[in-house]
Order: sequence, then C-alpha cells, then structure tokens
Amino acid sequence: MLRRIVIVGASLAGLRAAEALRDRGFDGELTLIGDEPHRPYDRPPLSKQVLQGAWEPEQTFFRKKDGYDALALDMRLGVRAVSLDLRARRVALADGTFADYDRLIIATGARVRTLSAIAPRAGLLALRGLDDAIVLRRAMMDAPRVAIVGAGFIGLEVAASCRARGLPVTVIEALPVPLSPILGSTFGDMVAAMHRDHGVDLRTGVVVTDVLGESRVAGVALSDGSRIDADVVVVGIGVTPNTEWLERSGLTIDNGIVCNGSGEAAPDVYAAGDVARVANRWHGDSPRIEHWTNAVEQAVHAAENALAGPAASTSFSSVPYFWSDQYDRRIQFIGGGPPHDEIVIVDGSLADRRLTALYRRGDRLVACLALNQPRALIKYRKLLAAGESWNAALSAPVAS
Amino acid sequence: MKVVVDFSICDLHGLCVEAAPEVFQIGDDGALHVLIETPPDGLRAKVDKAVRECPTGAISIEE
Repeated sequence: MLRRIVIVGASLAGLRAAEALRDRGFDGELTLIGDEPHRPYDRPPLSKQVLQGAWEPEQTFFRKKDGYDALALDMRLGVRAVSLDLRARRVALADGTFADYDRLIIATGARVRTLSAIAPRAGLLALRGLDDAIVLRRAMMDAPRVAIVGAGFIGLEVAASCRARGLPVTVIEALPVPLSPILGSTFGDMVAAMHRDHGVDLRTGVVVTDVLGESRVAGVALSDGSRIDADVVVVGIGVTPNTEWLERSGLTIDNGIVCNGSGEAAPDVYAAGDVARVANRWHGDSPRIEHWTNAVEQAVHAAENALAGPAASTSFSSVPYFWSDQYDRRIQFIGGGPPHDEIVIVDGSLADRRLTALYRRGDRLVACLALNQPRALIKYRKLLAAGESWNAALSAPVAS
Repeated sequence: MKVVVDFSICDLHGLCVEAAPEVFQIGDDGALHVLIETPPDGLRAKVDKAVRECPTGAISIEE
C-alpha cells in the first residue's frame, strides 16, 4: 500500500523529489519537512548574485511563478527531523510531532564545517544557507577587510564577489595549490593567478591557527607566524552530511547514507543529494557528491524508484557535473576526480584562460574541464557518458 | 505542450541538450535553439527532465 510519502529535507533534492512524485501521478499524502523556515530556494546564486547585490534574497526561491498549490504538499518548515524508526515507519520531529510514511526519501543535505576549537563571535561567518547570505551581505556593506579561510569553490566565489564590491580580500588555503585535488595543479595555479590578478591576497600552504578578537573578529593568525587583520572572516572548509539524526536508525552511515544503486538505504527508504552515497554505475563507486545536478538527478531517480518498487527499480548512472562562476570566467567540470594519469588541453590556452582540457585514467577519458567554452562540454559530456576511450576522445572534432 | 525558454536567463549549461537533444540544440552561433516548439507527447519525459535539470530555471512548459 502506497498512500503516504515523506520527504525529509526541503532544499533542491527534496523539492525535485516532490515534483517528480507528482509528475508521475502519485496522488497520496506528500509531506515535505525542512529545518529552515524558508520555502525551498536555490543555493548557487547566494555566493554570486545575492552577495554582489544583483539579486534580492527572495529571487532565489524556487517555484516563484508556479507556486505550491499544484503540488498539494503538507509542507512543514522550520522543524528538524530528530530520529527515524524504520520498524514503525515513522520520522520524529523536533516539535514533538511525527510523520508516518509508506515510503521515505531522505534529503537532509550537509552543513558547513567549522574551525575546531574556535569559539563563535561577531564577524565569524560561513555561507551555506539563505540566512548566511543575508548576514554576510549585510556585513559586506560596511566596507570590511575580509579574510576567507579555504580556497575551495565557495571560498573563491565569495572572494570574487567581495572583489566585485571593491573589498580587500585575503584567502588562506592549506594546500600549496588551490583546487589541485579536483582540477590538477596546472589549472589550480591558473585559478590562483586569476584571483591574484583581481587583487586577492592569496596565501597558500598555510593554515589558520587562531581567530583574533574577543567579542568580534579582528583577524586571523596563520601557521607561518603571520597575522591578517580582518573585520569579517568567512570559513569555507567543506561540509559534513547531516546524518546525526539517523545514528540510531539502523541505516548504514559512513560519510553519508550508504545506498544501493536504486537509491535505497533500506527497504522503502531512499536518500538523495549531498547526504547520500548512491552506488553510481558510471562511477563504479558510491561517492558522496555535493553538486547541484547530482541532487536533481538522485532526487528524481529516488522518486521514480519509490513509486516503482524494488522489482521495477532502475540503477543510478550519472556523470558528475559542477560549475563555478568567478569574475568573468565559468569553470565547468564533468567526470570523475583523481587519480588522473594525464591532462591535455585540446582547445584554447592557459594564457587566454579560455580552454578545454581532457583527463585520462588508463586508456579512458574520465573527465573534461571547460573554461568559458560551454559548447565543448556538451560534446565531451556525451563521450564521457558513453565511456569512450582516450584515443577516441582526442580524435573527436573540437567544438568551441 | 509548448516549450518556452527565457533566453535572458539561459546560461548555456547545456543540460537540456543532453536531456532532450530532439528539442534543444546549441548552434554554431553558440546560442541555444529550440528545434521543436511544440514537441509531441512522446518527448514529454525528456522535456520534463530538461526543465528540472536547468540550473537557471530558464525552461518552462505551457500546456
């Protein structure tokens, strides 16, 4: 009997799962639970359009035009799920209420990691949600000196947005070359040079040993003995999956919810998005992926399988894709992470910062980087999905 | 169904081209083109996928 479906997590994956369930004709009770008070909103614009002031925060809300009536959701916002009882098929919520389900889709996402042993104080910020973006944007109005801890994509996007507003920015990165574990050191160096050209003081190979200031931040102390004066410190050192509420549920938790290729964590329980580790046929592994399109694909996949049941389920197969906009450049990356045996620029050049690069592992094409060359990506996405060999990819005609 | 693209917010991610190549194409001019404005119902699932996966929400369907 399939009468009630509960989705825990009201961000991109949760919303797309709800939409897919209704699209495919599910007309039973559909509950969407979210711990934030906001209706579902889109996160990528937070670090760019919202921080730069091009968008008001409410422009990030999904379904601005369509609204929610057609989805007929029991939407419970501002309330956290606190535990899951698999046998009773029941999710307990922080307000003492419950949500009973026939099928459950978990999309509780991830939260930012914080600097260990550093007490919170005014001006010590992070960027994950809408409220974070509003606080950071307000702080940016006071012409602060900004220090950003972590030169990952979020840190670098915040740095670019701060520079767009003319703020002095220092970025502190533990790696010798930012982004090198993802893009390789050649392109990590290129991104670093791009930020330096835009006036960012980028310090690499150093870590923050202390945050200075009593009730509000005054700066940071670094492992090389130097000190950066700052009025705002933004910490962007990665995220942790929100799985604590499931610790005693019996689900397998290991850096996320471990799922089979159907997206199932247990019978009738599915997971999707940043919190999930779904076995991915293309990948040959069960990676936890924090990308926008992955959340959409896994959510739709979970919704379809939740309706189809185990006998008619499909297995997940997807080539991971992400993008990052910094200054006037768009970095697009599709495919698998390291180890890479070889990286070749097949079009454009480092000097122009406009290029397409291919990544080899063994005799396979495993990834493609496109910098301001969106058409190339479409071509190589096809080749990657088809599992083309390295030689076939190299000899494919270039589209720029 | 009628496919409507808001070209002012299309950002050329190209996910629609992958989802529904019969309907969407990025041309030699580097711009997105809608090949069939009123696709047959048989393409519905593919167009739905393109709508859902568009990172800027530029695609919509009018019945």
